[in-house]
Amino acid sequence: MVIFDQPNDILLTDDYIKHQYAPILPKKDEWPVVKLSKSRKEFIQQVVASSRERIKSLTGNQLQALREELELTLYRERMRIKQNPWLVDPEDEAVFWSKVKSALLVIGADQQSLENEKKEKYYEVLSSITLRYAEEIASNFKHSHYKMTRSIVTFGFSRLLNTARVKGFKSVFSNQYSLQDKIQIIGETDQLRELASKGTIVMVPTHFSNLDSILIGWTINTLGLPPFIYGAGLNLFNIQIFAYFMNALGAYKVDRRKKNLVYLETLKTYSREAIQFGCHSLFFPGGTRSRNGNIESKLKLGLLSTAIEAQRANYQNGDKEFGKVFIVPVTINYHFVLEAPSLIHDHLNFTGQERYYHESDEFSTSYKISKFLVKFFTKGSDISVSIGKAMDILGNHVDVEGNSRDKQGRAIDCRDYFLSNGKVTVDLQREEEYTKKLGRRIVEEFHKINRVFSSHLVAFTAFRLIKKANKKLDLFSLLRLPEEDIYLSYETFRAATAEVLECIQKLRQEGKLHMAPHLEMPLEEIIRHGLENVGMYHAKRPLIRNEQGHIVTEDISLLYYYHNRLDGYELEKII
Amino acid sequence: MNWKKSSKIKPIGVIGIGSFGAAIANLLAEKNEVLVYARDQGVVDAINEQHMVKNRKLEEKIQATSDPEMLCEVCDIMFPMIPSAAFREVMVQFAPYLHPYHFLIHGTKGLSLNLPKGKNLENIHQIKRENICTMSEVILQETVVERIGCLAGPNLAKELLEDQPGATVIASRYDEVISEGQRLLRSDNFQVYGNSDIVGVELSGVLKNIIAIAAGALSGMGLGDNAKGLLVSRGMVEMIYLGNAMGGETKSFLGLAGIGDLVTTCNSTLSRNYTLGFRLARGETLDDIVSNMEEVAEGINTVKLIKLYLESTDTRAPITENLYKVLFEDFKVETALQYLMKYPIYTDIDFL
Repeated sequence: MVIFDQPNDILLTDDYIKHQYAPILPKKDEWPVVKLSKSRKEFIQQVVASSRERIKSLTGNQLQALREELELTLYRERMRIKQNPWLVDPEDEAVFWSKVKSALLVIGADQQSLENEKKEKYYEVLSSITLRYAEEIASNFKHSHYKMTRSIVTFGFSRLLNTARVKGFKSVFSNQYSLQDKIQIIGETDQLRELASKGTIVMVPTHFSNLDSILIGWTINTLGLPPFIYGAGLNLFNIQIFAYFMNALGAYKVDRRKKNLVYLETLKTYSREAIQFGCHSLFFPGGTRSRNGNIESKLKLGLLSTAIEAQRANYQNGDKEFGKVFIVPVTINYHFVLEAPSLIHDHLNFTGQERYYHESDEFSTSYKISKFLVKFFTKGSDISVSIGKAMDILGNHVDVEGNSRDKQGRAIDCRDYFLSNGKVTVDLQREEEYTKKLGRRIVEEFHKINRVFSSHLVAFTAFRLIKKANKKLDLFSLLRLPEEDIYLSYETFRAATAEVLECIQKLRQEGKLHMAPHLEMPLEEIIRHGLENVGMYHAKRPLIRNEQGHIVTEDISLLYYYHNRLDGYELEKII
Repeated sequence: MNWKKSSKIKPIGVIGIGSFGAAIANLLAEKNEVLVYARDQGVVDAINEQHMVKNRKLEEKIQATSDPEMLCEVCDIMFPMIPSAAFREVMVQFAPYLHPYHFLIHGTKGLSLNLPKGKNLENIHQIKRENICTMSEVILQETVVERIGCLAGPNLAKELLEDQPGATVIASRYDEVISEGQRLLRSDNFQVYGNSDIVGVELSGVLKNIIAIAAGALSGMGLGDNAKGLLVSRGMVEMIYLGNAMGGETKSFLGLAGIGDLVTTCNSTLSRNYTLGFRLARGETLDDIVSNMEEVAEGINTVKLIKLYLESTDTRAPITENLYKVLFEDFKVETALQYLMKYPIYTDIDFL
């Protein structure tokens, strides 16, 4: 029995080390994503065939059920085209769906054909729909675009950065600061690189901002990893600058308007087949950006389940070399989320209700994004990306070799999770439970690798103090308080901050979270740093110190949003 | 005995051979090969040679071993039937030989304390839900087994051993565990129901022991059936409140493992917990009763842990709180009863 060094999250360092990472697969032809795009046509055919099988089993291969599913899909798609058209929608949509309609009518009116023949015709219609969906979903990875984007991001950003920070004439050409100083990558980077050549990575980051996808794309590249494929909301392709980045980064398209079974199954099949193909993948498991600023605590399990299915399929197919799937949680830590005002607004408006997904936020145009990027690079707000320990599909940590280990360090053969009576079997109910478990493990890891910033600390403390002073108000009444009536004396605030900080340090010692190095400064400094940074580019600042020296807020909803980042650690028991 | 070579049909494992373990082993042996694990070599020999365990007759095809590794190697499905006090220790002992392909279906109606390192009951100021574990949670913590089930319901070991008609609930998050358990246990005289809320079913079995002690105490005081009816009904409400707070679903408490088991144990002199309460009311001390009982009454430990847990929540559980005083603080049963009669709750049902 091999005991490797105890899985100990405390080992994960807080300090960030600036590295140069060589690419793990220098030749682009070896990249799975390039291989996939070369065999795009066959791959799509494969997805269509698998989706068909999948829907066949979901409808129990019953004529009636299949027909109803197709009719429902048709109905919903026609509604969508009428009520919610987007720029990216292809022009022939209406034509395609009327063809589907007449095809369905013809089969329905057919009195002569036998049941089996009819069924076959319905399956043909189904295949034409899944083919269309698969074509739409499939990514358009082009290596030349990828290279181009990569240089734009690294070159453009570091120029901006150096212009802002290095004073003087030559600043434009200075290389003193690189993007790595601005966006710090910390955590299990070496393990990630190691495992990326041993199996298939599924990276699952927290999601706060639309900027995340680009940020993660850059991170993956900086770490020398081949591009990952990932599901990006189709709405992002409405914005040209994003569309360009996304296509280059290997994004496939997810259309949240389409909630019909056929689409969802095609999408999941696409993801599963890509993982089986060996493509490293990226899911934002929260589904959309966190509306209230919390670290995700409930995950969308649909795409996550494809990782588990792919793993099982790899075991079924036997001896695949890169057959193991590794789940890598990642948190992205900001002082500032550009979309915060509209996100929290959405959240407060719709709390408890599933409302229609409405897109309107600061990232709506290329111009606004560019403006933000300039601000971001010229002012001193840092971002860090924490890479967590890799896990297997059941949430067990894996060692450097990629072997799963239990809490005592004993090796686990993941294949055993899919065995019954000595054989790998397909049991969707079992896999559903495994997916829930994996989801819970990811949430746990998110909280552990989350990196606390000074801005989170001050926002949390201030909001809790305001809440305490207004004990009788519920959350909504509290958030309706006029901002000019709220102030905290600096002394009270300072004392409370010290108390919260102490608890955070204790949690840190227990390995339950991480702290940015700037939290080791003296208290006064931390508070100053926090106040300076919290939501720094918002027109109305969530927290500032006014001329009288009091701590005040200009937007309490925003303060609530930034406070939520420290939700889930039971810190609210202190104040 | 050579299981490995004739590995076509794998035997079913039973870990621990107390009265319930013996009953389950016999039920399983109707359709399957059964291999029993017992720590004590004497017990193992007695099973293999005389097919007897503590005066209880076992089916002849039941064999025994004292080697956990061997048991785990030859069995895919095992039934741990160990008292809660030893459960964690046994799981730790088995853990090196367990794999994710194993199914474990336990039949232990107790709780296990799980404190952080360096803490004990004296120096910890608050017991939270995560500190008191059901047996399925213990298995998850100590082993890599994922597909876990639990047996619960009115299963008085003595009646099972006599092959009287009865039924049980098998609870698991995994459909395949439920159907395996049903396939293995179901017989002409034994019905097996399924439930996906494993924690709710485990808690039903655990919490009903508290009420069973109280029921025994009422009978010991010579009280009649009105009082019993009152207790069973209020006890049910208390179980549901506690059970919900600890993560069980209300409907599980209304099933065979809840009401079914509660009614059975509150009326049966065959129940250890009932007997414990009965003898307490007759004036015996807890220590005396425990020292001459053949097997542990799980209810004692449950009352202790639930009382600690109550201190850190807003949930009220008057029966448990008063029983605690009787068991550990020399409270008279009569005083506790008076207290309960004055307890200010006037709503009959408020959990549905």
